[in-house]
Amino acid sequence: MNIEAKLGLDVFQIDSEQSHILIDQEVCQSRCTIRYCLHVCPADLYDLNENGEMTVDYEGCLECGTCYVACREDALEWHYPRAGYGVQYRFG
Amino acid sequence: MDKVEVVIVGAGLAGLSAAYVLADAGVEVLVVERGDFPGSKNVSGGRLYLEPVRAYLPGLFDEAPFERQVVKERLTMLTSESSVTVELASDRFRSSPANSVTVLRARFDQWLAEKASEKGAFIIPGYKVDDVWMEEGRVAGIRSNEDILQADVVIAADGVLSFIAEKAGMRECHQPRNVALGVKEIIELPEKRIQDLFGLKAGEGATQLFFGSITEGMMGGGFLYTNQTSLSLGMVISIHDLMQKHPTISPHDLFELFKKRPEIEVLISGGHSVEYSAHDVPEGGLKSIPRLYAGGLLVAGDAAGLCLNQGITLRGMDMAIVSGVLAGRAVLDARQKKDYTAESLGIYEKYLKGSSIYQDLSTFQHMPEILSNPRLFEKYPEVASELLLEIFRVDAQPKQKISRTVLRTISRELLKVDVLRDLWHMRKI
Ligand SMILES: Cc1cc2nc3c(=O)[nH]c(=O)nc-3n(C[C@H](O)[C@H](O)[C@H](O)COP(=O)(O)OP(=O)(O)OC[C@H]3O[C@@H](n4cnc5c(N)ncnc54)[C@H](O)[C@@H]3O)c2cc1C
Ligand code: SF4
Ligand code: SF4
Repeated sequence: MNIEAKLGLDVFQIDSEQSHILIDQEVCQSRCTIRYCLHVCPADLYDLNENGEMTVDYEGCLECGTCYVACREDALEWHYPRAGYGVQYRFG
Repeated sequence: MDKVEVVIVGAGLAGLSAAYVLADAGVEVLVVERGDFPGSKNVSGGRLYLEPVRAYLPGLFDEAPFERQVVKERLTMLTSESSVTVELASDRFRSSPANSVTVLRARFDQWLAEKASEKGAFIIPGYKVDDVWMEEGRVAGIRSNEDILQADVVIAADGVLSFIAEKAGMRECHQPRNVALGVKEIIELPEKRIQDLFGLKAGEGATQLFFGSITEGMMGGGFLYTNQTSLSLGMVISIHDLMQKHPTISPHDLFELFKKRPEIEVLISGGHSVEYSAHDVPEGGLKSIPRLYAGGLLVAGDAAGLCLNQGITLRGMDMAIVSGVLAGRAVLDARQKKDYTAESLGIYEKYLKGSSIYQDLSTFQHMPEILSNPRLFEKYPEVASELLLEIFRVDAQPKQKISRTVLRTISRELLKVDVLRDLWHMRKI
């Protein structure tokens, strides 16, 4: 099963106004070569865009915090989504 | 500004257990939870050990909505092409009350929240705490947006990432070595099929843990727990090892490869995946436990790093419940003295240190180092399966005596410095 199909199983309440994960591009570009965020996210949400900027598709975030723990450069401002938003587990 | 006696951040097992104890003693207690309902953000593998918690909350779990009582345990070692499984079934596991059970958190946490509410706790879902509120150098409440809620004492039961403990200065930022990532799928199957697959009667459950080549040398493993009408299938992997892995592999791909193993495929075929979840797990053990109390603040459950990876079992839920109860008791003591200073609340640490969960954390404090040995996941499963393959196979050539095969394997594979060193280290557990 590909990751899109897997995330399609989950219930998300999407916050279209704000992302709960903010990336400091300056830090990513000047200090980080390994880009851990790209390969630790269980939802494969990180990607480099054509301008070489790191992006995160926060709408599919499972709120595990792994990217936040793995980023050694402090480039992520990571919060839980606002109350009422984000993933909602029906089984857990 | 509003004020209550106790505010608990997080309606997980730690927070709700603390709320239950406090409300039961007539304390005014408020539990705030960022999810839409208790359990809606929570994930566990699914096995709850009841023995460690029963004495703390007598009778409470007699009617809990458990999935199944675990009566069968399997441990499977995998190499890239073989697997060795040990199965333990015993009538002792069928005893009442149960030793361990499987749970699904969305259901279980909601039930516990109802029980705490019945005792008089106020549970407020859809409320995310942003920070602690400080007065005169001590915690005096919580802040959410512009709202401030004052309290005599705050219990941070906000789970593994615990921003509350971090903001209150109880610990440094997280280290990847101390945290693992858990991924999990719920796969629905008919009740009868689950029972047939594992040889179970109605209400009985099985667990199966996997380690070896599936984590590609990384510390971690796979798990499978039976629920009433579904399987909980997942993996737990060290974040540090995921970061260091070359070539890299996404956790999702690793999980899909695990699901394609023939050992798993037969179990899940015909099933429907209905949920994919991910959640971090504190795995640093004793040495990563933060400060547990400060003026006006206690830290419990995953927020306090109280989780134990014993190699073949992961225990966080029982520890969350016990620490929640003990935090509740510490608050009751402090309340009697009307003294919520660090000195007074420090009784919490004493209670914890006297508990069996803390003793287990202490007994297994070297587990993280021992489990971070890649030979455990690559070499040893390989040796075991090679040996058994030799014993079980019949070829055109005459077979050797079993004792000879065993001795040869031991001298060829195991009488080596690194292996002996591993054995020496294992004496610590
Ligand atoms: C994949 C996986 C498998 C596991 N398997 C097992 C197992 O088989 N057996 C076992 O015993 N343990 C297992 N564990 C560990 C176990 O799940 C945890 O130890 C346990 O859930 C900890 O409970 P808790 O109450 O401390 O934290 P949590 O259950 O995480 O609860 C924390 C609560 O706080 C809320 N919260 C967080 N921040 C805020 C905020 N700012 N404002 C408001 N609310 C907030 C959250 O929404 C959540 O409800 C597993 C864990 C994982 C991830
Ligand atoms: S790991 Fe951190 S610093 Fe590096 S690219 Fe990702 S977010 Fe940026
Ligand atoms: S919190 Fe987890 S799911 Fe969300 S972006 Fe980070 S790693 Fe991915």
